[in-house]
Amino acid sequence: MEFLESIFVAPFVEMWNYPEFLAELILVGLSTGVLYSLVALGFVLIFKASGMFNFAQGAMVLFAALTLVGLMEHGVPLWAALLLSMAVMVGLAFAVERLMLRYLVNQEGLILFMATIGLNFILEGTGQLFWGSDVKRLEIGIPDKPFDLGPILLNTFDVTAAFIGAALVIALAVFFQKTPMGRALRAVADDHQAALSVGIPLKTIWVAVWTIAGIVALVAGIVWGAKSGVQFSLSLIALKALPVLILGGFTSVPGAIVGGLIIGVGEKVAEGFWGPAFGGAIENWFAYMLALAFLVFRPQGLFGEKIIERV
Amino acid sequence: MPEGTAQTNSGRVIGDVIMKVENVSLSFGGVRALDDVSFDVREHEILAIIGPNGAGKSSMLNCINGFYHPQEGTITYKGKRRDTAKTYEAAEEGIARTFQNIALFKGMSTLDNIMTGRGLKMKRNFLWQALYYGPALREELEHRAKAEEVIDFLEIEAIRKTPVGRLPYGLQKRVELGRALAAEPDLLLLDEPMAGMNHEEKEDMVRYILDVNDEYGTTIVLIEHDMSVVMDISDRVVVLDYGKKLAAGTPDEVKGNQDVIDAYLGVSHD
Repeated sequence: MEFLESIFVAPFVEMWNYPEFLAELILVGLSTGVLYSLVALGFVLIFKASGMFNFAQGAMVLFAALTLVGLMEHGVPLWAALLLSMAVMVGLAFAVERLMLRYLVNQEGLILFMATIGLNFILEGTGQLFWGSDVKRLEIGIPDKPFDLGPILLNTFDVTAAFIGAALVIALAVFFQKTPMGRALRAVADDHQAALSVGIPLKTIWVAVWTIAGIVALVAGIVWGAKSGVQFSLSLIALKALPVLILGGFTSVPGAIVGGLIIGVGEKVAEGFWGPAFGGAIENWFAYMLALAFLVFRPQGLFGEKIIERV
Repeated sequence: MPEGTAQTNSGRVIGDVIMKVENVSLSFGGVRALDDVSFDVREHEILAIIGPNGAGKSSMLNCINGFYHPQEGTITYKGKRRDTAKTYEAAEEGIARTFQNIALFKGMSTLDNIMTGRGLKMKRNFLWQALYYGPALREELEHRAKAEEVIDFLEIEAIRKTPVGRLPYGLQKRVELGRALAAEPDLLLLDEPMAGMNHEEKEDMVRYILDVNDEYGTTIVLIEHDMSVVMDISDRVVVLDYGKKLAAGTPDEVKGNQDVIDAYLGVSHD
């Protein structure tokens, strides 16, 4: 009885009594959520354009961040290192198309998925081969100071990161909805054959998609890397993107964004108010529980296309 | 009238040969989908390909626009061989098509679908096309105007913003024609443009096809099963049966051909 009360009553009473604490958790959650969205976006982009679940997205985040840090350790200034890392991600996109996708046209999703697992190992391996496997500090000049917003305590770094993420997300939304290339990408995602018949070259589109996913990975890598150091575990934040994808739907850009925010806010608020009832640390599994609930009741996610199969 | 030109009843002048199909054969494993098929297509004409199911009509269109590559024979289009060319190259050379089972971008709006047809007409390179700014934006708006012309022409203003997946079948067929027209093609391939339509929709579609041919001089190759439509609108007809060419000629010649009657048109037994 006491346990039930601590789940169903006490947290809401606390929320009512300490609204500043709730607001703070929501804001902190939003700023982490934007970062989850960033990683999830990389998945959605590639899944939309090629029906491929890119297992290597996490490795791409690590690889991009390692490249940037590695270059900076060799004395390359930040702006040049950024440009070079971007160039590396573009090169990676070309290589993936030339060496992998070209031979797998029209293959089943599972085969493509296996290929990305291979890519995952290659990226993790080469990244560490070139730049070593130590934890590296990434200093990009974003101040990390707490400040007060009224009664709410925030952190300059989190807020800046949230703005970077939001800017990227808006840029991508405009790109997809408004530009000719975005339209071509959506067309390819919808129907390969029809896209070919109106003269959209698939290979160029694939390179474009992987380039964008690479740059999204770079941004995610920079922000996460600056927050917690560039290390192997960066590639594991891909796992955090999975519940986001299940919530938002694999094919929806807005879904990835909203899903990321819900997970971010959800886990902070859950930790703050429900944590005590479970003895704390529920932040680590809350996202997966939420995803599980979605899988049961709404498998297509919040915004994903409903899959109706004929039997 | 000199050789090579002919006047049709609507007053259009049929020009020179724009595409030549010579001895084309295509097999899938042991199935011979096309067997030594030859015919030519002249500029500005409407050519119908008819034949029973499985006669190889769609395979023929797929060879012309590069989905299939025939094992034997050649296809020459505007003086260049294109039997080995890729699909998107066909689009670049001015061949647009529609499909038997509508292949639209279902999640996108009518306008977006039609705008994809303008993609190749955009002069700015691919990097510019990734932007929504300056010259790229201006160009997008110019093409938008073109797309609106097509929308006016096909009288689909009301569904401009509707995702095409939600439209009824007849309208989807019309949007698909619109996407092909947006590319301002020289050669338009229509795979059963009237299949599954009711009488009214068919009449509309016939009108659009004739108008396209008349106003823009677009050469049209179409596959159709409705014989009254075929005989009405086409300048020439090619008959396929089991992958072989059975006959070719004006609608009247084909109607009178004994082989065609036996294989396809049937006779009225009295």
